[in-house]
Amino acid sequence: MSAAHLSQPGPPRRRFVEILLGGGLLATFVSFLYPVLRFLVPPAVPDLGGDEVVAGKTGEVKPNSGKIFRFGSRPGLLIMNSDGTYRAFSATCTHLGCTVQYREDLREIWCACHNGIYDLSGRNMSGPPPRPLDVFGVHLRGDEIVVSRQRGA
Amino acid sequence: MTVFAALFLWLDERLHLDDIIAFLRHKTVPTHRLSYWYFFGGITLFLFVIQVLTGILLLLYYRPGASEAFESIQYIMTRVQFGWLIRSIHAWSANLMIFTAFAHMFSVLFLKAYRKPRELTWVTGMLLMFLVMGFGFSGYLLPWNTLAFFATKVGTEIAGQIPIIGKPIMIFFRGGEEVTGATLSRFFGFHVAVLPGLVTVLIALHLFFVQRQGISVPPKLEVEWTANPSAKREMRFFPNFLLRELMAWYAAMGVLGALAALFPWNLGVKADPFVSAPAGIKPEWYFLFMFQTLKLIPPKVWFIDGEVLAVLAFALIGLLWLLLPFFESDQPSRMKVWITGLAVFAFFYVTGMTLYGFLAK
Amino acid sequence: MASLRSKFRPWFAARCAGLAGGFVLGIGLSYGQATNSCLECHSALPDSLGVTPELFSQDIHAQKGLTCVSCHGGDPASDDPDKSMGRKAGFKGNIERRQIPQLCGSCHSNPAYMRQYNPSLRTDQLEQYSTSMHGKRFAAGDTKVAVCTDCHSVHDLRAPGDPRSTVNPVNVAKTCSRCHSDADYMKPYSIPTDQFAKYNVSVHHSALAVRGDLSAPTCSTCHGNHGAAPPGIDKVQNVCSNCHTFQAQMYDKSSHKKAFQAASLPGCVVCHGNHGISHPTDAMLGTAPGGVCMRCHTPGDQCDQARAKILSGLTQLDGTIRSADQALRLAESSGMEVSEARLSQDQAQDSLTKARVTLHSFQTELVDRELQAGLKIAAANRQAGKDAMVERNRRRVGLGVSLIAIGIVLVGIWLCIKHIEE
Repeated sequence: MSAAHLSQPGPPRRRFVEILLGGGLLATFVSFLYPVLRFLVPPAVPDLGGDEVVAGKTGEVKPNSGKIFRFGSRPGLLIMNSDGTYRAFSATCTHLGCTVQYREDLREIWCACHNGIYDLSGRNMSGPPPRPLDVFGVHLRGDEIVVSRQRGA
Repeated sequence: MTVFAALFLWLDERLHLDDIIAFLRHKTVPTHRLSYWYFFGGITLFLFVIQVLTGILLLLYYRPGASEAFESIQYIMTRVQFGWLIRSIHAWSANLMIFTAFAHMFSVLFLKAYRKPRELTWVTGMLLMFLVMGFGFSGYLLPWNTLAFFATKVGTEIAGQIPIIGKPIMIFFRGGEEVTGATLSRFFGFHVAVLPGLVTVLIALHLFFVQRQGISVPPKLEVEWTANPSAKREMRFFPNFLLRELMAWYAAMGVLGALAALFPWNLGVKADPFVSAPAGIKPEWYFLFMFQTLKLIPPKVWFIDGEVLAVLAFALIGLLWLLLPFFESDQPSRMKVWITGLAVFAFFYVTGMTLYGFLAK
Repeated sequence: MASLRSKFRPWFAARCAGLAGGFVLGIGLSYGQATNSCLECHSALPDSLGVTPELFSQDIHAQKGLTCVSCHGGDPASDDPDKSMGRKAGFKGNIERRQIPQLCGSCHSNPAYMRQYNPSLRTDQLEQYSTSMHGKRFAAGDTKVAVCTDCHSVHDLRAPGDPRSTVNPVNVAKTCSRCHSDADYMKPYSIPTDQFAKYNVSVHHSALAVRGDLSAPTCSTCHGNHGAAPPGIDKVQNVCSNCHTFQAQMYDKSSHKKAFQAASLPGCVVCHGNHGISHPTDAMLGTAPGGVCMRCHTPGDQCDQARAKILSGLTQLDGTIRSADQALRLAESSGMEVSEARLSQDQAQDSLTKARVTLHSFQTELVDRELQAGLKIAAANRQAGKDAMVERNRRRVGLGVSLIAIGIVLVGIWLCIKHIEE
């Protein structure tokens, strides 16, 4: 489009086309640019890493108690021992897939479905479970309890 | 508009844009019954630019590596604002680009635009075609889902069938004997660094040739117009053709947006190398014609293994295709008829086999 | 001599027949190369007397170094039948059924002896056997009952952990059924012979034999193996509660426990059966055939009302979970990501499972508690599915708007072109 041509105010129909085109162009640019700009802003949850997740905050879990958290698409079990250290396991029972729980009275991990019992290392001790629970690594980052999958475990 | 005029003047004082402007002003595009085919090159270029832009955006969140790739794309699709849009546009635009590239190639083939003096344009174009299919193959693996994993396994296995050099080629592409996280790293490197670099250089050459030589017209028309110059019909590239191109590009954007919103690209299931391959594994549609051929070839042809023969045949055909313009000379000859016939056959073969592969179980 | 039981499988036949002599241990495999005239002859004899080295090499006793002589006596070094199978060589010949438990027990009940081979093996089998139905009848002179070799096989006796062993959990039911499903054989005894048939269609069988879950019960799990006997009507619940603890705990505090005990009804078996236990369904709470409550209760009474309440609660939760599943499926097929809600569906399903367990308390408030928790989750998931569809529609609206804008631009450019080319 030659600059000279368009700088002249033309007949009304011409103006209409100009406004239409200009408006349309602006609208389309906005509709292209807006998603891109929103895209560039990092979301609130910075990580959906398959390997790591924040299971909770220190202070949330009491000594000698457990908490179920989400790890990827499966549940996990976070336990705080009486001495203040943490352990984390996959909470999917290795027998038939029920979600296990921490039993404060037994100080063991228990599956309510068929009375399977795991010790605090995740080892299947009694009942039907054929395999130990997957053990996750736990470390603290500030006040966050970060649970990660063990490599090669 | 005066702002643009001022800006132009400022640049002109420093860079002397006169000859460029003159060149652009004189650039023309022939108009005839078939000139709509001229759009396909530009659309392919436009879609490539879309790919680069969306690809860069995706790069901000994608993590290559067997343990993170799938999850990072899941993250993009679910947590990142409009991540679903960017990713779906990237995936759809990839497929559309390959389609328009094929259309561009076939239109050049049938309009005989590859003939002298445009042989080099054809060669760079064919190289671009191969690289673009490489883009498709490497990019497909990056989400690290089951389909992609096994498609890559099968695809690289087929490459490994080539006698003598096949195995080293396969190991080179796989980054090892099997498809693993190392393959993913490698494909990622190809996809975001090696191929873009090569393609940029080739596009620059390709466009330079086109600018230098102008747009070709079909042979009959060329004869006619040389005999009768007043019959020549053409339009100025700038602004007439460019405006039309812009319309095509805008329409393409609309199509992409619609596809992305109505048919978002799915995630699939994270790849597990220890699971057996799902039944009926197929490569992406643009490889289907070769894949289907391989399936139909009998196990042995004379004493040669059927698959090896087919792979070698495709390699040879690819090479001949690349050098196609050099088989034609200027004078009318039987070769021209042959090539036209082959072109028609190739077109129907590719489309037919693709459809067959699509519909077959 | 002991009668030939032709009914038993061929690899069983050899044990009862008159065997004499010794064996050559593990020919061609890993065992001693001492001359064994027993096997040299007996490998060529017909079925009832035949024992081949290939067969015996499978036997765990052979693998531990025992030979024919260990049980049958005799002299394996001699080829002369009079010498090898003679009195002087201590030859015992075919072991009579009456002597089998004592013979096996002579080693297996001796802890000092067994310690040499496997210190962790139990040595109370014979003692247990004497408390079993088989053992008691055997002591009273009945030789039709099972003795050691009937279940464990002989000459190719495998350790229970070996999947080919007759007493491996996956094979136990078949082993028991050899007698207990034979109506003719079991005629003198007044017990049914349909247990195996029933067990084979049970959920326990499909868990064990089909799914390979070795924790699933087979005959010996509930009846014992060496001390095999029925648990007793009032003890059935104890047996089931070994695995189904939660249900047992609920049942314990229920009104049914006292009522069934008073009426001498066998607890869990009343509603669930014993051998042919099928997968329980909510229909068991219903009034159609297959419903168990109305077998005893009067329609319209308090219990019937409680039953109806529980059933409707379960049906409601099940329905809500299904409709949530559907909503999520629809959202997923439209390309929306709802994996979080999908995970939460598991929790809702868990609540339903818990409710079905809690109903064994037969207290509607307890069941209701679980149901409400589950309903909340399932409803939230259904909402998530609906929200995803709303988001999807929003996207389509956004698309529509941008398409309109694009359309305007296209029209504008076209008009521009038209104008330029006039």
